[in-house]
Amino acid sequence: MGVLVLAELDNGTLSPATARVVAAAAKLGAIDLLVAGPRAAAEAGATLAGVAKVILATETVLADGLANLLAGLAPGYEHIAAAASTTGKDVMPRLAAQLDIQPVTDIVAILGANRFTRPIYAGNALQTLTDAQARHVLTFRASAFRPAAGGNAAPIETLDATVASAARFIAAHRTESDIPDLATAQIVVGGGVSVGSAEGFKLIEALGRSLGAAIGATRAAVDAGYAPNDWQVGQTGKIIAPDLYIAVGISGALQHIAGIQGAKKIIAINTDAEAPIVKIADVALIGDLFDILPQLTAELEKRGLKG
Amino acid sequence: MKILVAVKRVVDHNVRIRVRPDGSGVETNGVRMSMNPFCKHAVEAAVQLAEAGQASEIVVVSIGPKASNDVILTALAMGAHRGILVETDAALETLAIAKLLAKVVDEEQPDLVLLGKQAVDDDSNHVGQMLAALTNRPQATFASEIKLDGHTLEVTREVDYGRETIDLALPAIVTADLRLNTPRNAALPMVMKARSKPLAVRPAAEFGVDLTPRLVVESVAPPAERAAGTTVASAIDLADIIVADVNEMEAI
Ligand SMILES: Cc1cc2nc3c(=O)[nH]c(=O)nc-3n(C[C@H](O)[C@H](O)[C@H](O)COP(=O)(O)OP(=O)(O)OC[C@H]3O[C@@H](n4cnc5c(N)ncnc54)[C@H](O)[C@@H]3O)c2cc1C
Ligand SMILES: Nc1ncnc2c1ncn2[C@@H]1O[C@H](COP(=O)(O)O)[C@@H](O)[C@H]1O
Repeated sequence: MGVLVLAELDNGTLSPATARVVAAAAKLGAIDLLVAGPRAAAEAGATLAGVAKVILATETVLADGLANLLAGLAPGYEHIAAAASTTGKDVMPRLAAQLDIQPVTDIVAILGANRFTRPIYAGNALQTLTDAQARHVLTFRASAFRPAAGGNAAPIETLDATVASAARFIAAHRTESDIPDLATAQIVVGGGVSVGSAEGFKLIEALGRSLGAAIGATRAAVDAGYAPNDWQVGQTGKIIAPDLYIAVGISGALQHIAGIQGAKKIIAINTDAEAPIVKIADVALIGDLFDILPQLTAELEKRGLKG
Repeated sequence: MKILVAVKRVVDHNVRIRVRPDGSGVETNGVRMSMNPFCKHAVEAAVQLAEAGQASEIVVVSIGPKASNDVILTALAMGAHRGILVETDAALETLAIAKLLAKVVDEEQPDLVLLGKQAVDDDSNHVGQMLAALTNRPQATFASEIKLDGHTLEVTREVDYGRETIDLALPAIVTADLRLNTPRNAALPMVMKARSKPLAVRPAAEFGVDLTPRLVVESVAPPAERAAGTTVASAIDLADIIVADVNEMEAI
């Protein structure tokens, strides 16, 4: 029996997280990829290595609809998996309870067909467990896995199922930007509350642009209204694992660190040499961000770096 | 309208936890415990609905050892009307928790169940969604705004792409995110008054739910420590380092 993977979509297109979840799930068996969205997203999914077949279903976004869709397909699979995104978190526990399965979520390492590692306590401990159930409902942290290769041409099957939802979708409030996807970016620049204003975040964005980086923020910066909520990194925000994270005016509270533990390299810019982030940073520059950022951005632009 | 709020007692979120040297878990003995922060937002949301005259009764439930009484008392001091402790010393998995809560929902028939979006010990983020499945009710997770209009709830949810608004008919399940509200600190008179509010203690075994764990936790380990790094003197030096890093990055 194979693996059923729920494709992660963003505004009707295949999200970069999908290739990573597919790569993770491929360790468990041949993948049937469920795309509850437009045909073009199914076509993109069909190119991913490890996908045996794409199942194209009616566009569905709400949790109960997606859970019912997956539950209908579930009997044919030993593993049912999704990204540990807000969609995956919304849907998979609901599905699991429907199937009387205890799910295993936020998996960061696959040790066997039913052995996994997942972080607890905001990443301050790692739990290794065996899932003794006959079938498994799983979510993977996309940032912990490299993306699957392309070049595949899996067949696309259309599923004729109408899904009803007891809730009604009213409106999406999307943060429009051409900034790279935060959850899967290779370089991220993060700003804290000390950036001081939404205007101040323009300095963070300018540094990000010079590096082709995604932008992150602390909860304090989001709560203050300086940055949109989907930029929040941490225990309750996005979990990222970039090659490089530049933390600007961020103290390094453990709930923020929870989101950046997977970063290969951390650079901290902070006035306080004793800030917790400085203690874990690979490189620190002690000073005022308002002096440093314009200089640093100008210097990087001078050197012609682009993402 | 009747609201049921589920609250969990966890290691206080300000405590720096320690993994037991034998790998058997996280040390909770002698550690400060408190109400899971997300549950506080759930309680606050319920109390605000009551203050607005939109809810008539708030019942708070916690599943756990006897000591979980303290988080129930916190909720009662914030303004909930009565409490239920489903008592067990066993460490339960989220499916078992959801099944017990489903039994309580069966008994209490609340119009709205409010939960936290996640418990900050296991960081599961399961129970609300599971309870919604088991009680066959619509769900709105990660709520940052709730508006009640008659029997319809309009919820704004914090999602990966920003925010979204959905409508759901009561009875429904909602899980609270941090920006939903600012939980109050109960004043001393409220804390005193909480002690005289009804609190029923029910052994978990009474509910006839199979609580046997499905997962076997083999070990718990601390994450790899990050070695202390270096300090640079200027933005120019930092630019040198960043340029070298970016040039070395493997293309994805
Ligand atoms: C349940 C729970 C969940 C949470 N989840 C998250 C989460 O997901 N993500 C998150 O980020 N937080 C989260 N938090 C909040 C977290 O605890 C911290 O409050 C928050 O991360 C602090 O943000 P900050 O670093 O911007 O602000 P502060 O802690 O106030 O730090 C500001 C830093 O800026 C430095 N600074 C000041 N001025 C300058 C300057 N001019 N130039 C350079 N540096 C300067 C200071 O030295 C300081 O280090 C959560 C909290 C709770 C309780
Ligand atoms: N033992 C418990 N007792 C009462 N409520 C709980 C318990 N465990 C979890 N919950 C509720 O479910 C929410 C999500 O928890 P979790 O799914 O464990 O991350 C919490 O914020 C609580 O509202």
